[in-house]
Amino acid sequence: MTRANTTLPEILSALFPEGHSVTVEDGLVSGEGPFRGGRLAVIGIDGDTALGVDGACRLAADVLDVVRRGDGTPILVAIDSDSQRMSRRDELLGLNEYLAHLAKTLLLADAHGHPTVGLIYGHSAAGAFIATALATRVLVGLPGANPSVMDLPSVARVTKLPLDRLEAMAKDTPVFAPGLDNMVRTGAVEAVLDPDRPLAEQIAAVIDALPVEDTRDRAGRERGGRPVAETIAAQVIRDMRLG
Amino acid sequence: MSERIIDPASKGWATSWYEASARARIDGLLDAGSFREVIGPEQRRMSPHLPLFDLPRAFDDGMIVGSGRLDGKAVLVAAQEGRFMGGAFGEVHGAKLVGLLRAALVLKPEAVLILFDTGGVRLQEANAGETAIAEVMRAITQVRSAGVPVIGLIGGRAGAYGGGGLIAATCSRLVVSEGGRISVSGPEVIETNKGAEEFDSRDRALVWRTMGGKHRRLTGGADAYADDTVQAFRRAALDLIGRAPAFDLATLEAEQKRLEERMARFGDCRDATEIWGRLGVNDPEAVPALTTAAFETLLASLGETTHDAR
Repeated sequence: MTRANTTLPEILSALFPEGHSVTVEDGLVSGEGPFRGGRLAVIGIDGDTALGVDGACRLAADVLDVVRRGDGTPILVAIDSDSQRMSRRDELLGLNEYLAHLAKTLLLADAHGHPTVGLIYGHSAAGAFIATALATRVLVGLPGANPSVMDLPSVARVTKLPLDRLEAMAKDTPVFAPGLDNMVRTGAVEAVLDPDRPLAEQIAAVIDALPVEDTRDRAGRERGGRPVAETIAAQVIRDMRLG
Repeated sequence: MSERIIDPASKGWATSWYEASARARIDGLLDAGSFREVIGPEQRRMSPHLPLFDLPRAFDDGMIVGSGRLDGKAVLVAAQEGRFMGGAFGEVHGAKLVGLLRAALVLKPEAVLILFDTGGVRLQEANAGETAIAEVMRAITQVRSAGVPVIGLIGGRAGAYGGGGLIAATCSRLVVSEGGRISVSGPEVIETNKGAEEFDSRDRALVWRTMGGKHRRLTGGADAYADDTVQAFRRAALDLIGRAPAFDLATLEAEQKRLEERMARFGDCRDATEIWGRLGVNDPEAVPALTTAAFETLLASLGETTHDAR
């Protein structure tokens, strides 16, 4: 596919034709705009920026501000990030707590009645992906987005398998290969939006159709990307008894 | 009923948590004979993906889940086997933990215990592992919201890395031993991506200082510090069940404040010893060699390492 990725300014002007207060600073996206008679809060990461302790803390503060308002404002988590920031300082300060905290604020917002929608329009990987887009109730993507856990050359290094063999396997093995389509088949990404249709309408439709429960494993089975996860989880629930 | 793997008469309670298998940890942690495994190895629910990579499989996919009793309390337990694929999250491995947490929402045990031992996502099943981690984190917050404490125990050889570190910090409370490292990027990952000047993964003392149990306990990344014995983990888990923070706005606002303060106070530190010095530790260089008793005394003297902000 040769289509150019949709940019954040394009996304924002499509969502908020009347204007908005969303700013980008150090790759961190934050603000809101008018949406369907109310507001839509936006947080996110732009420009393939790595997520470290500072960024996670700032985004979490923004989410908590929305939750504190308590008016059910939906939250869009727009993502074009790198992985977690890999540094001695970040790990020294406890990056796992900061990333988990950000995810928890999004999960709390959801529990408090704020619809949370992830929108991946660029890259994302590993800890940054888990802490942001994957912590929403529903995650959608735009064509050209490229989520991954690890790129294939790195996978080749770790698994000690030749890159050409991995590339061949990646074609019909969605469980490990990078890319939006594979994340759709795994169930992590619910749907890919149509860039030729109005974005605001599509996001509104996603909010109106929020799944009640976590349906990602069911989608993974139906789409073939995670063939057994749903069955395994269901069997655990069925067989578990308190002793 | 499961066979008792640890023989208390011959090995006593001094069995090393670090050295023990996941099954031995569960067996020694819970009341004798109380563990009842679900989807045990006899069902051979193995990874459907590893054969593609010519890799051996495990009958339990490195994840053991079930129910049991801890000092009479009904608990659900999950344990990762760090000796299989580094305890990494694959599709079956992750789904068993997801199922356990969803079962907890129905059964309302007195606690869920997660015995971490993981390098993070299993790359051969990366998308399934990563998605499972997200499902686990969502489920943990739901279980906590339902009033069931989720206690993480970290002292295995694989530590709690990658997504395992994020899951750990989603738990209500964490017990850690000296050997239990908690981190997102592992030392080798940082070195590979940013160079040995940024992180020398062969400097083991640096690894322990930066990611090890003592540092995490001192800075509030863990709530209890345990000796490397099954008995010590059992005692610590029991203690923490009784004082787990709720999952609500007040807790997360407190965590926001706690994490902001940590950044403001220690954000310019290059090494853990600087942080420990600022915490009020008189002889930071001596911390790695402190015995558990001496470390506990040190913790008590600092008086600010315990919090409800997780």
